Amino acid sequence: MTFLGLPTAPPGVGHLHAPEPFPAAARQALADSQLRGNLRRATATIRAKRARVVGELPDWEELRAAGEAIKTRTMARLDTYLEQLEEQVTARGGTVHWARDAAEANAIVAGLVKAAGASEVVKVKSLATDEIGLNEALADEGIEAYETDLAELIVQLGDDWPSHILVPAIHRNRAEIREIFLREMSDVDPGLTDDPPALAEAARLHLRRKFLSARVGISGANFAIAETGTLCVVESEGNGRMCLTLPETVITVMGLEKVIPSWADLGVFLQLLPRSSTGERMNPYTSMWTGVTPGDGPQQFHLVLLDNGRTAALADSTGRAALHCIRCSACLNVCPVYERVGGHAYGSVYPGPIGAVLSPLLTGVEGNPTLPYASSLCGACYDVCPVKIDIPSILVQLRARHVEEARREHRLPGPEAITMAAASWVMASGGRYQAAQRAARAGRVLGRGGRIRRLPPPLAAWTGARDAPVPPVMSFRQWWRQEHSSNKGGPG
Amino acid sequence: MRIALFVTCLADTLFPDVGKATVTLLERLGHEVEFPAAQTCCGQMHVNTGYQRDALPLVRRYVEVFERGYDAIVMPSGSCAGSVRHQHAMVARRSGDELLARRAEAVAARSYELSELLTDVLKVEDVGAWYPHRVTYHPTCHSLRVLRVGDRPLRLLRRVAGLELVELPDADVCCGFGGTFAVKNADTSTAMLADKMRNVLDTRAEVCTAGDSSCLMHIGGGLSRLRTGIRTVHLAEILASTRETSR
Repeated sequence: MTFLGLPTAPPGVGHLHAPEPFPAAARQALADSQLRGNLRRATATIRAKRARVVGELPDWEELRAAGEAIKTRTMARLDTYLEQLEEQVTARGGTVHWARDAAEANAIVAGLVKAAGASEVVKVKSLATDEIGLNEALADEGIEAYETDLAELIVQLGDDWPSHILVPAIHRNRAEIREIFLREMSDVDPGLTDDPPALAEAARLHLRRKFLSARVGISGANFAIAETGTLCVVESEGNGRMCLTLPETVITVMGLEKVIPSWADLGVFLQLLPRSSTGERMNPYTSMWTGVTPGDGPQQFHLVLLDNGRTAALADSTGRAALHCIRCSACLNVCPVYERVGGHAYGSVYPGPIGAVLSPLLTGVEGNPTLPYASSLCGACYDVCPVKIDIPSILVQLRARHVEEARREHRLPGPEAITMAAASWVMASGGRYQAAQRAARAGRVLGRGGRIRRLPPPLAAWTGARDAPVPPVMSFRQWWRQEHSSNKGGPG
Repeated sequence: MRIALFVTCLADTLFPDVGKATVTLLERLGHEVEFPAAQTCCGQMHVNTGYQRDALPLVRRYVEVFERGYDAIVMPSGSCAGSVRHQHAMVARRSGDELLARRAEAVAARSYELSELLTDVLKVEDVGAWYPHRVTYHPTCHSLRVLRVGDRPLRLLRRVAGLELVELPDADVCCGFGGTFAVKNADTSTAMLADKMRNVLDTRAEVCTAGDSSCLMHIGGGLSRLRTGIRTVHLAEILASTRETSR
């Protein structure tokens, strides 16, 4: 999409595309009763925790409004804040790299790791690097990447894919995790139980050696403060602190929408994020670093600013709000669709309601044509979003864009478009509308015992699990007309 | 007060009793109800399926039919009221018709879902109804999160004589209808419906009620398929019911 005065922004590439249509992927996921049980328990627990700590704050709605306002203001002048960030990071001894897409970002990071003389890296906050497929790209260059978030580690060892933004291994239960550890960790105690503390201890021992030997740490970022060039990572396990302080070189890959103007703004988000995310008043570890400090901690700091479709999303007046997302995942935990199908069905590193808008915005809707429809538009996501992203409205606009693009490329009319156009034509005229109602009453012949058990496609999808109502003998308007003529003394 | 009924295309065609009940109820409360025959559909299905261009004539029709002569427009649907109030101006504006958008906003400001009209405009909670059944209430998503009707329907139900109101577990979770979602994502929709039905069954209610015929058609279609014996009845029908009319 070309926007006034802007060059055409390239679409995002990487792990953002659904390999198969959402309805088909969802069908497979729904058949997995273990997955559904895990998801139901996990999301119910997080939902309750979030509701409790959010309820403690009398000014929660004001905080949400402040978060939304800061993000809106930042997006309106994103170029200015990014240049300020670059200036400040550079002035404090860091180096800033700009990556247009996944391939550029991966090449930059691989080059930096090689220049540091390393063949192993430790990683934390890996969502953006999952988006660009960094681990695979590094492996192609002979560099081994070790995930250090417990859940990311489980996913990596299980040769699996994250299914939740905050809890990437939400689809696994502890018995499955024990099996993965026994199979994949060479240094694990063969008597390992599925007791959560025992599992955590096994991971801790496994990771400790990596932390102490790795010369390069790679991180994502929750926030970058433009006024001082400070990066911020929030986490719960302390692995972030290890990754960001022990190696000689730290490389941060950050979506360019993560910049915020000032420290005062950070104060708002540090209240919103943990409560929305883990349901905690405050997360256990908040790491912040500014450039490099001679003789203390990493002596090389590189910041890779990733576009990968974000500029294109920014040019979209409705969709732009999806870039406000602070990756708390509250929307996933309240989504009735996500709870039943899990994250993998979305086919992107960004699952759930936010993924259903963010992925098509980054790739272009033609790259993810079924995701905008992967919602009943129930609105639960909008209610919990800490920065008030109106996800249902963005979904509706993406659906409109999908239909309009199909129409422009003459892929319409299909059966659905014909139905919609016909319905519009019928409803735009009282006479045609009544004729259609009379036609619908012909459906009475399908009724048995006051219900219809089978309808032809596409409504067969309805009667697969639900009866359909038998059309009444008389529509409301017929009744009204009859009623009001009889009131005037006409024949009853 | 001159009240116009926007019966909605769904109730008009498939659930006329809902429209009749709305008329009966408002007339019993002493109001004059009119039914402008030129009305058709709010266009929500088109908007939510991506066909905004096809929704535009329906938005224009709604505005033209209802913009003059009525103090209030009432509809027995939270979803259609949500569309009128939150989508009509947007559709007009997106098509470049700013004038229509402003007219749509003016009509939308006088358009109400039934429980809103009763409690906010007519200031009544006890409508004099009698309904001797065990009832559970499903708050539909759009009435809850687009219109924010809150506990208005419950306040009305609590004043119905003879009615035993039982709380629905996980009431605020979507039933899985979602318009064309139920057909495009039928498997996911069915999984959501299954959980909703289990919660309805757990209440041991005879009747499940709501303010939207569409969601009730979905829940009721599932309950009927499973031969549970639980009926779905629109809020308007319960509020219209009296000792004299009840069979």
